Amino acid sequence: MKILVCISNVPDTTTKIKFAEGNTSIDTTGIQWVINPWDELSLTRALELKDDATSGVKSVTVVHVGTASSEPTIRKALAIGADDAIRVNAESSDAWFVAAQIAEVAKKEQFDIIICGIESSDFNGSAVGGMISEFLGIPSVSAVSSLKIENGQPVMTREIDGGKEVVNVQAPFVAIVQKGIAKEPRIAAMRGIMMARTKPVKLMEPLAIEPLTQIIEFEKPTPRAACKYIDADNPAQLIDLLQNEAKVI
Amino acid sequence: MSVLVYTENWEGKFKKLSFELVSYASGVAKMLNTTVTAVSIGKVEDNELKRLGNCGANKIINIINDQLITLDNQAYASVISDISKKENATVIIISNNNTGKAIAPRLSVRLKAGVGSGVSRLPLNINPFTVYKRTYSGNAFAHLVIKSDVKILTLAQNSFDLIETANNASIENLNVSVDGSLVKTSVKDVQKQSGKILLTDADIVVSGGRGMKSPDNWPPLVELATLLGAATACSRPVSDEGWRPHEEHTGQTGKIIAPNLYIAVGISGATQHLAGISSSKFIVAINSDKDAPIFQAAQYGIVGDAMKIIPKLVSAVKEIRK
Repeated sequence: MKILVCISNVPDTTTKIKFAEGNTSIDTTGIQWVINPWDELSLTRALELKDDATSGVKSVTVVHVGTASSEPTIRKALAIGADDAIRVNAESSDAWFVAAQIAEVAKKEQFDIIICGIESSDFNGSAVGGMISEFLGIPSVSAVSSLKIENGQPVMTREIDGGKEVVNVQAPFVAIVQKGIAKEPRIAAMRGIMMARTKPVKLMEPLAIEPLTQIIEFEKPTPRAACKYIDADNPAQLIDLLQNEAKVI
Repeated sequence: MSVLVYTENWEGKFKKLSFELVSYASGVAKMLNTTVTAVSIGKVEDNELKRLGNCGANKIINIINDQLITLDNQAYASVISDISKKENATVIIISNNNTGKAIAPRLSVRLKAGVGSGVSRLPLNINPFTVYKRTYSGNAFAHLVIKSDVKILTLAQNSFDLIETANNASIENLNVSVDGSLVKTSVKDVQKQSGKILLTDADIVVSGGRGMKSPDNWPPLVELATLLGAATACSRPVSDEGWRPHEEHTGQTGKIIAPNLYIAVGISGATQHLAGISSSKFIVAINSDKDAPIFQAAQYGIVGDAMKIIPKLVSAVKEIRK
């Protein structure tokens, strides 16, 4: 079995977001770029499956749509343990564009399981995984918190409102994963970092696809009013404020 | 032309988000000078269907089909895309929850429709069609132009108020044929907690963090939640430690919620936690550390020992509920 893990390159999640060019883009000065947290967990789970000889997983490839500037992110994925990488050499303009590129890669290379994080922490689009599956005409299972392979059969758990479901599906399929898929992201060891330097990164030129969406402006969230402090000796006052001022209870 | 909205139900009733979706769709339809068609898949009570009309649906398409009992993303997307073509929908509105995130992108490819995900306001403009959406996990909002003929919007939960006025919508019971070859997933086991308030649906959420010190300290917090009709939640360290079930974890990698009231007890308010709760209408912080960042996000705060404060809040709520 071959696994493809889709990775996105995002600002470190503690970054203070600033805008540039008249609020039409993000000021990238000083931003530390990391693998999208959910994609890092996806990669970790894929590698855990590969480590387990009974799973039948033979290789883990990562794919990324981005320019040469995201090369460090790809190397990091290789250092963590991916066997090889594919970079589609293009600016990732929107989910439609990215998904179409990755679907094309998947058509050429034939994977059994494609894993995507449920969203990226930058555009919060939650769309790429589902779009890839529809471009390929294969099943997708979303909000997956556990992915196992039992006797050659993929078994997933997905989160639903108020509970969870165990879902069976035949490969090939797209798993769109969330928290729980792996406990902690795997960290690159020194040996991995050394090995990553010589692992293959295949460069592919993008298909000519028109994005369907475009961000024209960013704005900051509306600032909240300053906190009103209530004396710790008189918490009943809080209940009064919630009832009569905020009117939420 | 029409605005199509996909509603969701749970145990025979519509989820609150369904009424929000229809109210929102009705607002979009007014901007476009058109009508709203709501789609419901699965068995729901008749008076519930009527309520969709009160929220602004002109027409309700009600589908009951054995092949659509569990969510198969591919089959659902196929059914909704067929209806959307038949209804000549130019805007499709779906929730930005797990189900919506599963269906919307597949629908997007079927209809070549751009997706605006996590919108929390009515479109800013209809020409070009511009929506207001959450980005950078709530640290920024974007004005997103959708250029395709058909647009798909996924609405952030609890971001749009219900608008209900008596209205008679037409209800069409539709038999759809589902292409069996599209149903490639099967559900083997379901674990559902019945009768519990859904965290993502709750108006009030009471949440505990590491400052609660031990899982043994939770009963007063749960009692407060029960009295307020609230759902319980927790921060990531708490679910990682196994003090509370991981379904309760709210934050960037956990559940993203937007209740009217979020009470954070013993939660310091790391960026990742705030990413999951920052859209709450009111945030209350109770923490012994006066410098905890949660106070920056809160409208009401109490600096002090949660173990002493919570029981007093419980008594105060009992007092007003008398």
